[in-house]
Amino acid sequence: MLRYFAMRLLSGAGMLLALTLLIFILTRLTPGDPIDAYLDPNVPLSQEEVNALRTHLGLDRPLPEQYLAWLGEAARGNLGHSLQRFNETVTGLIAQRVGPTLLLMGSGIAISIILGVSTGVFTAVRRDTLPDFALSATALLGISSPAFLTALLGLYVASVRLKWAPSGGLLTPGAEFSAWDLLQHLLLPALLLSIGQAALIMRYMRASMLEVLNQDYVRTARAKGVREFQVVAKHALRNALLPVLTLIGSTIGLAIGGAIFIERVFNWPGMGLLLVSAVETRDYPVIMGATLVIGSCVIVVNILTDLSYALVDPRIKVG
Amino acid sequence: MSASPVLKIEGLRTDFRIGRHAISAVDDIDLVIPAGETLALVGESGSGKSVTARSVMRLLPRKLGMIAAGSVWFTGKDGQTRDLTKLDEDAMRSVRGREIGMVFQEPMTSLNPVFTVGEQIAEPLRVHSGATHSAALRTAIELIGRVGIPDPAKRAQQYPHELSGGMRQRITIAMALVCDPVLLIADEPTTALDVTIQAEILELLRKLQRERKMAMLFVTHNLGVVAEIAQRVAVMYAGRIVETGPVAEVFAAPRHPYTIGLLHSLPRLGQGSAMRRAGVRLPSIPGVMASIADMPKGCQFAPRCGFAADPCRVEIPPLAEVAAQRRARCIRWREIAA
Ligand SMILES: Nc1ncnc2c1ncn2[C@@H]1O[C@H](COP(=O)(O)OP(=O)(O)O)[C@@H](O)[C@H]1O
Ligand SMILES: [Mg+2]
Repeated sequence: MLRYFAMRLLSGAGMLLALTLLIFILTRLTPGDPIDAYLDPNVPLSQEEVNALRTHLGLDRPLPEQYLAWLGEAARGNLGHSLQRFNETVTGLIAQRVGPTLLLMGSGIAISIILGVSTGVFTAVRRDTLPDFALSATALLGISSPAFLTALLGLYVASVRLKWAPSGGLLTPGAEFSAWDLLQHLLLPALLLSIGQAALIMRYMRASMLEVLNQDYVRTARAKGVREFQVVAKHALRNALLPVLTLIGSTIGLAIGGAIFIERVFNWPGMGLLLVSAVETRDYPVIMGATLVIGSCVIVVNILTDLSYALVDPRIKVG
Repeated sequence: MSASPVLKIEGLRTDFRIGRHAISAVDDIDLVIPAGETLALVGESGSGKSVTARSVMRLLPRKLGMIAAGSVWFTGKDGQTRDLTKLDEDAMRSVRGREIGMVFQEPMTSLNPVFTVGEQIAEPLRVHSGATHSAALRTAIELIGRVGIPDPAKRAQQYPHELSGGMRQRITIAMALVCDPVLLIADEPTTALDVTIQAEILELLRKLQRERKMAMLFVTHNLGVVAEIAQRVAVMYAGRIVETGPVAEVFAAPRHPYTIGLLHSLPRLGQGSAMRRAGVRLPSIPGVMASIADMPKGCQFAPRCGFAADPCRVEIPPLAEVAAQRRARCIRWREIAA
């Protein structure tokens, strides 16, 4: 068990290293000079002053050296300073943004699991009935329509036309903090974030459940006089969840991509918004730091998925 | 023991929906099992043994199989006789696992892989008598010992994949017996097992059946085990019973050509493995059983029967009484007997 953990952490660290290197190279390959975004166009500087600033920021050193320097500092927990926001450390910026993102993603994932699993089980049990056809068709639509379309359409219908939900932000500006206010702001983006995943989970769950309901041990449970509800909820569900768990784990990576987009649409002050604005202003340290944190989250989630798999299925011995 | 038999099946017909058609998988089934007796249901694969057994439990594949005619009279622990085909789902559920236990053919797949075997044996108790978790588990452990598994307390904590096929079959037997049923239905309980383990399981079932004075419906395609376990036998062919009676009499003087064929294809006691080693094949009945979707007119066995004559191909023969307590579905049974 411990060995397994160590192996997973080690390979995770390797993946992170590769990821940051890739991002580093990509950012430096993109045209544009961070100094341009750094400078205030209304305060002209001489070429010497610009060069001094470049030296000060370390941007004149050879690229491998810049990367290694960043890596060395990152290993000590120092992700550097933002190039664009004076006096802000990258860690500080990320710390402010991590909470809202976790809230949005966590709610989105929770909603997609609850929605996907329950409708998947329901449609499997009611196979070939009207509710099954209706839900399956809806799920197909949810999977096949692009995420940005769902998000924009959802925003337009629910918020702009029907005024069911505020159109963006984390809280009502100027108002006193209340959980209700937060929930109102959270619900629509979380729901929209969950739709694609919920649809995917439902389809997998339905297929998996149909297969399990045909298994001999389900017939055995019925032969014991177990109530049909228990046959489904206890005997079949746990087995049917196994393949779906892997799916959930691997789609969380996708959900992160979706979250960045949703944050943008809903002006949600999270990591996604931070990353997008950092890319736009070539704020290298923030791009690197945010990527590192997001990548670590994905890896941790995948390890947790594997662990939960071992918890649900006694045949799997982790180690 | 009450006078009424534990199980009395009358005129049972079970249909399967295949496409738009309903096709009878079994038809005209009459069976009686008195208390404490074992009836063996024999026939080759596809003859309708499992469908008959599942019809009693009303555990047919949903939307596909349904009981189309007949009655299944069952006398429960309270001495009341009821027609199981008429019970509502809740009443039927309280019969399953409590009054009738069932053991299936595939020990590898009929246990749930994600629960310990102890929990699975304890479950019927908890479902039917509302026993507490720990009390039910204690009973389960005790029963694991009684079905011949050493170290029951430890075994109870294990999952099915940690046990051998023979042990799993012992577990499913314990599971079927935990509520002290009046009737045990065993659907080819030894078919999937090694020969040596088959004998052990057979011996276990016989012992438990005597101890508990249960009635048993023992389904098998192997006529060889019938004599070891049952008092009466019913031979099935293509969805119908073709011969029935006390085992010793049927074996000594079969009255249906199919039974004769089955008996001829049986190795004599103790010769089976020697013949296998020597590569000697047993004489088998030529031809194959017609599919239920495409039955010949008249006697279903006629195409494979050495005795078949023109009258055999006109209509399905009735199950005629050929001696006291003995019936055969052959219009020429007198000539066969001669
Ligand atoms: N799920 C099913 N769907 C359609 N037909 C079935 C099904 N199960 C059984 N049957 C039909 O019933 C016949 C008898 O099957 P079965 O009772 O399983 O035979 P066996 O004597 O080998 O136990 C089969 O030949 C098949 O035609
Ligand atoms: Mg069968």
